[in-house]
Amino acid sequence: MASRVVVMKGTYRDSITVMKISNELSAASGIRSAAAVMATGLNKRLLGDLGFRAIEVESAGPNDLVVALEAQDENALGDALEMLDRLLSARKTMLSGPAGPRTLDSALGMLPDANLAVISVPGQFAKREALRALREGLHVFLFSSNVPAADELELKRIAKDSGLLLMGPDCGTAMLNGVVLGFGNVVRRGPVGIVSASGTGSQQVSVLVHGAGLGISHVIGTGGSDLSEQIGGLMMIEGLKLLEDDEGTKVIVIISKPPGPPTAEKLLVVARQCRKPVVVNFLGRSIESTADSGVREVATLEDAAKTACALVRGETPRVEPFSAKKEDVLAIVEREASSLTASQKYVRGLFSGGTLCLETMVVMTPLIGGIYSNTALGGSHTLGDANVSREHTCVDLGSEEFTAGRLHPMMDYTLRKMRILREAKDPETAVILADIVLGIGSNPDPAAELVPTVAEAKGLAQRGGRSLPIVASAIGTPDDPQDLTRQRKELENAGVVVMESNAQAARIAALIATRGAAAPRVFGSAAHG
Amino acid sequence: MARRENILKETLKIVNVGLQSFAEDLKSQGVEVVHVDWQPPAGGDVEMLRLLERLGLG
Repeated sequence: MASRVVVMKGTYRDSITVMKISNELSAASGIRSAAAVMATGLNKRLLGDLGFRAIEVESAGPNDLVVALEAQDENALGDALEMLDRLLSARKTMLSGPAGPRTLDSALGMLPDANLAVISVPGQFAKREALRALREGLHVFLFSSNVPAADELELKRIAKDSGLLLMGPDCGTAMLNGVVLGFGNVVRRGPVGIVSASGTGSQQVSVLVHGAGLGISHVIGTGGSDLSEQIGGLMMIEGLKLLEDDEGTKVIVIISKPPGPPTAEKLLVVARQCRKPVVVNFLGRSIESTADSGVREVATLEDAAKTACALVRGETPRVEPFSAKKEDVLAIVEREASSLTASQKYVRGLFSGGTLCLETMVVMTPLIGGIYSNTALGGSHTLGDANVSREHTCVDLGSEEFTAGRLHPMMDYTLRKMRILREAKDPETAVILADIVLGIGSNPDPAAELVPTVAEAKGLAQRGGRSLPIVASAIGTPDDPQDLTRQRKELENAGVVVMESNAQAARIAALIATRGAAAPRVFGSAAHG
Repeated sequence: MARRENILKETLKIVNVGLQSFAEDLKSQGVEVVHVDWQPPAGGDVEMLRLLERLGLG
């Protein structure tokens, strides 16, 4: 065995690049383990805990890259070090050549008519960069998280006073003029505008609008905290006004986790005065809306998309529990539930999108009862240890406890694959439920990631004398880089029930787990939709 | 500073500060983008940075 710790002074790389390097080295032949980190205080402590206490590591700083390698022999170690060199130089020269601009100011020298800054530096430096961009008159898409609320408020006030958008912090998705910022799907342009505090919520609505044959004018992201009491919906109100004045937008969809009553009321006052129809989805929270005010409140992301499409087409909005016919859905439920054993009682939902996790709980709770989760929602139970499921469980694998030092689960399926296998071994698991978010920025081939795991999970259950239904929603379009049609086909061939929306996946999972007993509540509600 | 035109009517021209993959995704969409080879200022020492900023040197 051969091991080595390399400290590369002054070799700063962003977190995604570092984690990709780490993953590629780990997968290299003859490598037993590999870790690449920037030498921040926390990472140095972690390396120390793993037994790497070299003097070079102790004296390294946040701009130094540390790579720890454990190989089966010296040859494999040498190959991995060569690979590291290649990875570092390739990634660096791909975009800006060996001598790219080091600051926003020098970048503006190269692109003087720039109008937007995309900022994704670590949170403690985010305000500094965002302020610089705003002062230069740039709109800002701020992906960085861990920005204090006071800083967010200051940035948003400056932006508002300057007539600029400050989308974020913690903004995952926006689409302006057909360009996806951060994570998003390839959808056609069209009359539905979205202003949203939720990235995956925007993705779900935009792909469903695309699937219904219409398109998206713009998606304005606000960041998850915009509707907090402290920020008061500052950017959501600005976004709403922009879409109201936008000629290409005919109907506006607002998406957010439930805000507090004062912020909700403030936002609704603006929405009711809007000259265009506004569809509001505050997941899990009812608002008082009157049809004559032009504001319509809906329960799910899917209902938001369907209602917006109906309003564009001048039709009466109709909300159905499934796109497929009732008998076809019940046939799938019968097929999947028929060989469940008596011990298999619970749904285990494993999500990459926090909002999709919430929507699932909103849909499933009335059908199956209380759900344990690491995502707070009125009426749900808090999961003591997010790593261990209990009865019905929905876990947001994108929450901080899972993403520290890892790529987001929309990009890296490792944690989810491990968790699927763990749930498969549990004799109480009736259905495994997952969201598969496609699009720009997401994992390049989720089906290739999941198909072997699905086979292994079903095999594990079978050896325990059980069958194991697996249900997934595929959030994407055929034009996405991963191609929705191909992803769907490969997953279905592996025995996964693939539904076209997260809400439908939640409903069919509840139907399977209850052996159809939830059917009156699922289909009965359609009459009131 | 002059107020900007409505961003919803403009062609996006973007400065990317941070994750390199975002700049790659923008390029693949045909967007004009300049990627900043960003490094944490003051060697990543946040306290030092605050001091430098107070002195007007940050």
